[in-house]
Amino acid sequence: MDTLRQSPSPCSSRPSSPRTPPFEMFGPVGIEAVLDQLKIKAMKTGFEFNIMVVGQSGLGKSTMVNTLFKSKVWKSAMPSLEVPTPQTLELHSVSHVIEEKGLKLKLTVTDTPGFGDQINNDKCWDPVLGYINQQYEQYLQEELLITRQRHIPDTRVHCCVYFVPPTGHCLRPLDIEFLRRLCRTVNVVPVIARADSLTIEEREAFRSRIQQNLKTHCIEVYPQKCFDEDINDSILNGKIREQIPFAVVGADQEHLVNGRCVLGRKTKWGIIEVENIAHCEFLLLRDLLIRSHLQDLKDITHNVHYENYRVIRLNEGSGAVAQVVERSP
Amino acid sequence: MDKEYVGFAALPNQLHRKSVKKGFDFTLMVAGESGLGKSTLINSLFLTNLYEDRQVPDANARLTRTLTIERRGVEMEEGGIKVKLTLVDTPGFGDSVDCSDCWLPVVRFIEEQFEQYLRDESGLNRKNIQDSRVHCCLYFISPFGRGLRPLDVAFLRAVHEKVNIIPVIGKADALMPKETQALKQKIRDQLKEEEINIYQFPECDSDEDEDFKRQNEEMKESIPFAVVGSCEVVKDGGTRLVRGRRYSWGTVEVENPHHCDFLNLRRMLVQTHLQDLKEVTHDLLYEGYRARCLQSLARPGARDRASRSKLSRQSATEIPLPMLPLAETEKLIREKDEELRRMQEMLEKMQAQMQQSQAQGEQSDSL
Repeated sequence: MDTLRQSPSPCSSRPSSPRTPPFEMFGPVGIEAVLDQLKIKAMKTGFEFNIMVVGQSGLGKSTMVNTLFKSKVWKSAMPSLEVPTPQTLELHSVSHVIEEKGLKLKLTVTDTPGFGDQINNDKCWDPVLGYINQQYEQYLQEELLITRQRHIPDTRVHCCVYFVPPTGHCLRPLDIEFLRRLCRTVNVVPVIARADSLTIEEREAFRSRIQQNLKTHCIEVYPQKCFDEDINDSILNGKIREQIPFAVVGADQEHLVNGRCVLGRKTKWGIIEVENIAHCEFLLLRDLLIRSHLQDLKDITHNVHYENYRVIRLNEGSGAVAQVVERSP
Repeated sequence: MDKEYVGFAALPNQLHRKSVKKGFDFTLMVAGESGLGKSTLINSLFLTNLYEDRQVPDANARLTRTLTIERRGVEMEEGGIKVKLTLVDTPGFGDSVDCSDCWLPVVRFIEEQFEQYLRDESGLNRKNIQDSRVHCCLYFISPFGRGLRPLDVAFLRAVHEKVNIIPVIGKADALMPKETQALKQKIRDQLKEEEINIYQFPECDSDEDEDFKRQNEEMKESIPFAVVGSCEVVKDGGTRLVRGRRYSWGTVEVENPHHCDFLNLRRMLVQTHLQDLKEVTHDLLYEGYRARCLQSLARPGARDRASRSKLSRQSATEIPLPMLPLAETEKLIREKDEELRRMQEMLEKMQAQMQQSQAQGEQSDSL
């Protein structure tokens, strides 16, 4: 991992144009061109992004992933009722390579069917935490090798999207227990799922109650205040923090509205357009996860969460290091 | 011709008059996870704000809350008929992280009402038995799940032999038409698979008119009812005022049969099957409880109760129940309270009448 590489701040979008350094002493040297070199490198190696979706069954997790990445990441178009909910929590991951304008993104989505569906949901967060720590462990082992791979495959979870059911009241005990534990280990983005059952007023009231709950229980969701680097970040992230959790609706069927083809849900009283900001906040979620903060999510995972894990593990004993040293040739 | 006419064809009218005088008692239980629109639906059904003083507990409070049973009463009058509706609510159901056995308080409550009625029925003074048995349980299923959840199944299995269950899909405006149909079918299949007995609509008599038969069939086929509740009156996008929920993409009309099954539920619960629900509770469910209760007392295994009673043989005429002396006096007190209340009502009516006639008298004097 190239530690010298710093993430470009999300709010700075500099137009890139390679400038040949002029032949004067007191002129720009041409360091700007480094940005382009980084870009070209990135295009070649591609990006990895690992996202986990957590929530009770039926909250539209699979549909949301399909809508976010505009592709059938999950095979079933309509989350089928024939698929039985498992008795215990299972995790399963699916990887896809998506390409856009020459840039490849290796997307891994981890689903958690069976979460919160049982009568007794105590400790249902343990398998999830276990999986996340397992990915950190894998990365750590690779990092500790004497002869390391050039590019360590990154399976660490960069973002965990937590789907809150639209009760309209406040966070449930299960939500609080889960969020409390996971916020310390991974970037968590809570969303209000299936928000088409709430009116605008109900959404605002629900959102402010959730924000209160999060504050009361000291749950820091992404973007975390403590990781804001400068004043620009604080302002930008502050705006996002006011709107978290986003009230989202997912859909993978297209309908004709006013001559346009839009993704939406068609009911007898109207068509809910997923990409219409007046109907739901899906666009805000998409922009956060993909368009503006994708790299930031990865950086925080690497620089903060992974480092925390690493420190704990290395402190547990040099046994871990000794094991690895023996392993490599 | 007159010789063959005995005259009892007018009996139903006598019944009608008597029941109008007596009034109706109905106890409705509402159960399901919080946030499924139960309170809003009840307010919409009975067009009254039964939950005025309710405080939705904060997340902190929920962490330590256990299931409680709350009773609210409201007296409604329409067309001269009085209905005393008692609503039994189960806040806290399904809220905790660990919901094991969270249905036991509900089962206990239902059985306590049966026990109370059994005592009253077996008692000496049966003039004014208060019927506090639960006549119907509206069970709310989440529209977001893939059918019945394990908790739903556990609850329904615990109560289905003790109360009339009407399954209802709450917040049904979250579903598209195809999804609603698929979910209803899935729930029906699951109910059959788990052998859960929900309230069965009685078959129509063959001499009912076609319209009624068709309505009945429609009602049966739309179980579980997919309902939307609202106490607000909004514009439907045009100029019409409707009871509904207004979204940015359209307005859901609660009383529109194309939008949800609210009308069906209301018709069924209030207009057509109120009496049948009470009868099934009395004839089927209560009798079942009574038989079980009496049989278990006659068994040698039920030592506790047998020792208190002096019975050695199974008999329905003698009272095997441990009749605590307190219960009798409690009953007498309740009866006296009822009589007092009625006398007070009559007194108030007479006073009002007197005042009216006095006022009229004064008016005529001044003229």
